[in-house]
Amino acid sequence: MSGVRVLAGTRKGAFILTSDGKRKNWDVQGPHFAGWEIYHLKGSPADPDRIYVSQTSGWFGQVIQRSDDGGKTWHQPGTPKGEPTTTPEGMPKGESNKFVYDTSPETGKPLTTHQHYDGTQKPWEFKRVWHLEPSLSDPDTVYAGIEDAAIFRTTDGGRNWKELSALRGHGTGPKWQPGAGGMCLHTILLDPRNEKRIFVAISAAGAFRSDDGGESWRTITKGLHSQYIPDPTAEVGHCVHRIAQHRSRPDVLFMQKHWDVLRSDDAGENWREISGNLPTDFGFVVDVHAHEPETVYVVPIKSDSEHYPPDGKLRVYRSRRGGNEWEALTDGLPQKDCYVNVLRDAMSIDSLDTCGVYFGTTGGQVYCSPDGGDHWSPIVRDLPPVLSVEVQTLK
Amino acid sequence: MTPTGAEDRRPIRVQLPAPLRRLTGAESEVALEVAGAVTIDSVLEALESKYPGLKGTIRDHVTRKRRPFVRFFAGTEDLSHDPTDAPLPDAVARGSEPLVILGAIAGG
Repeated sequence: MSGVRVLAGTRKGAFILTSDGKRKNWDVQGPHFAGWEIYHLKGSPADPDRIYVSQTSGWFGQVIQRSDDGGKTWHQPGTPKGEPTTTPEGMPKGESNKFVYDTSPETGKPLTTHQHYDGTQKPWEFKRVWHLEPSLSDPDTVYAGIEDAAIFRTTDGGRNWKELSALRGHGTGPKWQPGAGGMCLHTILLDPRNEKRIFVAISAAGAFRSDDGGESWRTITKGLHSQYIPDPTAEVGHCVHRIAQHRSRPDVLFMQKHWDVLRSDDAGENWREISGNLPTDFGFVVDVHAHEPETVYVVPIKSDSEHYPPDGKLRVYRSRRGGNEWEALTDGLPQKDCYVNVLRDAMSIDSLDTCGVYFGTTGGQVYCSPDGGDHWSPIVRDLPPVLSVEVQTLK
Repeated sequence: MTPTGAEDRRPIRVQLPAPLRRLTGAESEVALEVAGAVTIDSVLEALESKYPGLKGTIRDHVTRKRRPFVRFFAGTEDLSHDPTDAPLPDAVARGSEPLVILGAIAGG
């Protein structure tokens, strides 16, 4: 029987929400890793029971957790196959949190500087893992998006992480700068036709593409226009909030930028604005319907600085025409006195026959629409602030 | 303060903050056998050896520097800014008092 597993990362732990294909009755498990910030957790498309978690703390740094049984048990990767995952005393043996920028002579990418808020230059410094993107084909291979912005990869199930340093060493680094959330690499998209093609997005640098598995990168920002930087059409400096694609058309990309919703039909070579009739084109999330590649979802947010829905009404906007013409989806969502935010990694789509759409809020709600956005209801109302939402479709 | 000889030494006691206890599954206080001089460095080596999951959470993997929001105390004596290769106070080295590792009270 089909079902779904929703993985919610929050400021104070991870929660796993499961349901059958009707998506009406839910089982809530958690908090896992209570008290720690869970920026992101995501399952492997190649092995849905393999789930990777970014567990982080301003005090104690970064930990990577892994489950091999769909979230029933967890361990820090770092134990060779066949060996117990704990010491005889029952303590975890893993050492999976070593994210060290690759400044080796072989790669030739010294630790340079980026622009700080005040315009001075500051060396790169690892802070946390924002996003984990498991390979589409290999459960042991995962990409990690890092603050300060960089991309790392593991090929041994999360035990060892190596930076793909050509991105940080792209040459434009001194012009990258942090957004309000830090200088983070938050979006990683893998091309299902060719996993060597990787798209990433960084706040606030812009968007980049690699066609060779991360050995080299190019900016894909032509057509972006950002009034909040000195040169609105600069190659880098744009605060891209999220990029989404449909598996059947990986060259078509949808972007929610700090301001503006955009699309590209040529793998990011050129972008054009599709904000159309949105009440505000600021926001964080963007996603694409599982079966309709021209159906796109965003959640408009009021800005600058307010970062809550316009008029206190929480509305998802859907375009069935690939942008420009948007309709508000409100049934089941609060339409007065609502002042939550929906953060960039907090929307996801399932692939059941009637596509489900999910998003989480900073007010601790996780909403589900089992019918493509027509009707919504909260799965949970009172979690800690939600940082990320991923859904797995279980067959 | 005189470094204590190994011959009359009991296990070194270390108090861990709650988030790290949850991470390791350890009790609030752990006992460690420390070889040689008892310093912050040698205690952390023994701690990380027994609980590898703590690597990187108290001090940086590469620089070995204390994470900014982590502090070290012996009783009320703040050792956070002492050289990490300096002998720890006798009471800690003898195992009669714990080395206390605290997270800063900084909200959250």
